[in-house]
Amino acid sequence: MNVTTPDVAVVGGGPSGLTAAAGLAAAGLRVLVLDREREAGGVPRHSDHTGYGLRDLRTLMTGPAYARLLANRALEAGALVRTSAMVTGWAGERLLDVTTPEGRLRVDAGAVVLATGARERPRTARMVPGDRPPGVLTTGQLQNVVHLHHGRVGTRAVIVGAEPVSWSAVLTLREAGCRTVLMTTEHARPESYAAFSVPGRAALRVPVATATRVVRISGRDAVESVEVEDLRTGERRTVPCDTVVFTGGWIPDHELARAAGLAMDPGSRGPVVDNTLATSRPGVFAIGNLVHPVDTADVAALDGRHVVRHVQAYLAAGSPAASRTVDRSAARDFPYTARPSGSGTSPGTGTGGAHGDDESGNAGGRETGGTFADAIPLRAEAPFRWVFPGLVRPGAGAPPRRRILLWATEHRPIARVVVTQDGREIARRTLPWPVSPGRVFRVPSSLLSAADPRGGAITISLA
Amino acid sequence: MNPRVSRSGPLPDGTADVAVIGGGVVGAAVARELAGRESDGRPLSVVLVEARADVGDGTSKASTAILHTGFDATPGTLESRLVRRGYELLGEYAGRAGVPVERTGAVLVAWTAEELAALPGLAAKAAKNGYLECETLGAEEVYRLVPALGPGVLGGLTVPGEAIICPWTTTLAFSLDALARGAHVVLNARVKGVEHDAGEETLLLTSRGTLRARWVVNAAGLGSGAIDRLFGHERFTVTPRRGELLVFDKMARPLADRIVLPVPSSRGKGVLISPTIYGNVMLGPTAEDLRDHADTSTSEAGFAFLVDKGLALMPALLQEEVTASYAGLRAATEHGDYQVHLDAARRYLVLGGIRSTGLTSSMALAEHAAGLLAETGLVTSVRDDLPDPPRMPNIGEAFPRPYACDDLIGEDPAYGTVVCFCERVTAGEIRDALASPLPPADLDGLRRRTRAMMGRCQGFFCGAEIGERLAPLEEPR
Repeated sequence: MNVTTPDVAVVGGGPSGLTAAAGLAAAGLRVLVLDREREAGGVPRHSDHTGYGLRDLRTLMTGPAYARLLANRALEAGALVRTSAMVTGWAGERLLDVTTPEGRLRVDAGAVVLATGARERPRTARMVPGDRPPGVLTTGQLQNVVHLHHGRVGTRAVIVGAEPVSWSAVLTLREAGCRTVLMTTEHARPESYAAFSVPGRAALRVPVATATRVVRISGRDAVESVEVEDLRTGERRTVPCDTVVFTGGWIPDHELARAAGLAMDPGSRGPVVDNTLATSRPGVFAIGNLVHPVDTADVAALDGRHVVRHVQAYLAAGSPAASRTVDRSAARDFPYTARPSGSGTSPGTGTGGAHGDDESGNAGGRETGGTFADAIPLRAEAPFRWVFPGLVRPGAGAPPRRRILLWATEHRPIARVVVTQDGREIARRTLPWPVSPGRVFRVPSSLLSAADPRGGAITISLA
Repeated sequence: MNPRVSRSGPLPDGTADVAVIGGGVVGAAVARELAGRESDGRPLSVVLVEARADVGDGTSKASTAILHTGFDATPGTLESRLVRRGYELLGEYAGRAGVPVERTGAVLVAWTAEELAALPGLAAKAAKNGYLECETLGAEEVYRLVPALGPGVLGGLTVPGEAIICPWTTTLAFSLDALARGAHVVLNARVKGVEHDAGEETLLLTSRGTLRARWVVNAAGLGSGAIDRLFGHERFTVTPRRGELLVFDKMARPLADRIVLPVPSSRGKGVLISPTIYGNVMLGPTAEDLRDHADTSTSEAGFAFLVDKGLALMPALLQEEVTASYAGLRAATEHGDYQVHLDAARRYLVLGGIRSTGLTSSMALAEHAAGLLAETGLVTSVRDDLPDPPRMPNIGEAFPRPYACDDLIGEDPAYGTVVCFCERVTAGEIRDALASPLPPADLDGLRRRTRAMMGRCQGFFCGAEIGERLAPLEEPR
């Protein structure tokens, strides 16, 4: 088996992975991106509509153009991007087994950045009973079929979900000559941005059934109909169709993270990370929609930009000529006083060097503010299902974009955010945007600046 | 595709010595066995007739996939004898043909006083069935074996010989072996009528035309009762018993590395938790008698029942994603044993009412069938020119698969090109399946040969790519 020893291995060549690779390579590191698809770029490759690049590139372009641009930037910066390269498992702390058409490869990396993204939960995971004919798919598969493979779908579709991605499915279906006869959402109102769904409904003439769930799919050789239930009345009706698209319902592609035994967030089901995007394994970072399933591609990409200096700091800590590269200015709006290093954990515990055998340089070179292990847990109360990051490491700077991300399961028109720590309210603010299921709710991280760095868990809730 | 396999077009000419109706695991095993025999120094000509477009596409594909010791069979029955014999035969054959088997062992778990009290009786019954390895366990020992079990275990009984096997590869191996021995495989041919001419021939009127055979073996599974009536008998009725199963993500596999069996009690048979040969964990089955012989749909009630059971048996399992749910129809009859009857006058043999144990007993049933036909003078001896069994591509999780084999990838980069990521299926394996003597007829058939698209993403990433690779199957043949 061939062995390669990059400074950083980035697993997944979507927006976050490619952006991280470009930044890390530009900083002079030897970066290897491993992507299992035939072309790098991730999900935007088959999202053939505009809306990409706003926050990271300050421009708007289509998904495929965005995917190509990010891949080119990574290459131009000097990263090596290997496609058709699937990471199949771990052979050590930062040692990856990879299958490629040119043979198997062992990647012995100084640091690993997991950027494996998220996928939509398919019908099976949602446990929708009935017959099992072909013609039942996710948006991801639909867009692959239509945009990358130019295949055919049916003529009458029912879409499960009313998130932004669901409307993207409507557009893709329309392009393929398939009419959306019904969109269903279990929520009392469509999850999507109001700006999209109202004209969406008008322009695309898609009826949206709220508080409705699909309870059965019928048709033995092909889809003939779905049965839907009105959750308010319990009434059921049959909707004839030949295609069913399950949209949204995101779950991270977390197999590698779990295989590594990383601490996992039960809400997002991605690995727990702190504000530096470090996971529970030293030198393994996780970014993008793997850790916040899902925010938009540009937000994922900005995780990639954010993680660069923290990977650099980690690698620098492992070398004798370590210099501290943490940008302390970024820590202004976050609890930044270092936790006393004598409080229960011995110096160096849980940090590890760039190469695990080099314990000596760790304690002195690591980022100020302790380790993943002694960071403060960040929690969210209902109606939130998860919060990102799940840990706050005092003194390590703000999280990406100085935003805390949360995922809600219910709509709230007014967002009165309350932050507490150890029973004490440390911040309260009404934000000018509503809380909506099906998309990320963003909270400025400055709301955490009054947190006690020596205190206990911080909780975010709605008043 | 082997020229003796057909999905459309003209049927084989002439008169076969034996037509076997039903390309499930039992029919395929019988076709393989009989194609290996001769009559008066001449190999028997055998045709396997299947109503569906592929072998193993009915009950055989949706079993619980356990290689049973037969410990809990009713002592003295044909089923008990054939399961025990079949366990040995299939276990040995699997090794030679590369059918994946994992010797996981099983533990019966008692949750009530009644179930606990039943354990010694089950051990005694196992002994009567010739199985002597069972051991009773205290609750702590059960938790030591399966730490993920929910609270409330009272005790258990081990069945170390129980194993898991790939039912798909088994049926395919038998079919390929039958082909290699000279048999024909006629697919998409539903038997709708039977005529006897004055001579020694039976005419099978199928949806693709008429087949002629001297002898007919009925291994039609759910259809075995109807075929039996076409031969003029009123011996048994098949009532499809639907069993719904949930399959959990591979991430769940560490929770269940052996089979967890229920103790039959007054509350019913209960459900089992089993590792699958593909590295998943399965929960089920339900048991519900149906009228419709083709209704393999799943139901809300079935799911709710299984979730309820699963939460009690192994709460952590329900935290994992369900990657598949399916329903199998078992061929239950009103009788407590297999329905094996020889009708020498009509040159007809029925192997009916083969329940979920049929996977294990398949080769023994085939051997038994050959023995019965030997008594009639049809079969005389075993051929001495038999080809080796086929070497099946491994789709078992516990054994090396191409993506992990340096030498294979070195010879052929297609084995290093992963197409289905969740299941790590390579372009080489898909190509091989499509080019095999018995290729798949559709995506489901490809899945049974390679595992393509049976994973957690269900096609989110690879569905379009695999669909494109399957496109040649859509062309008229």
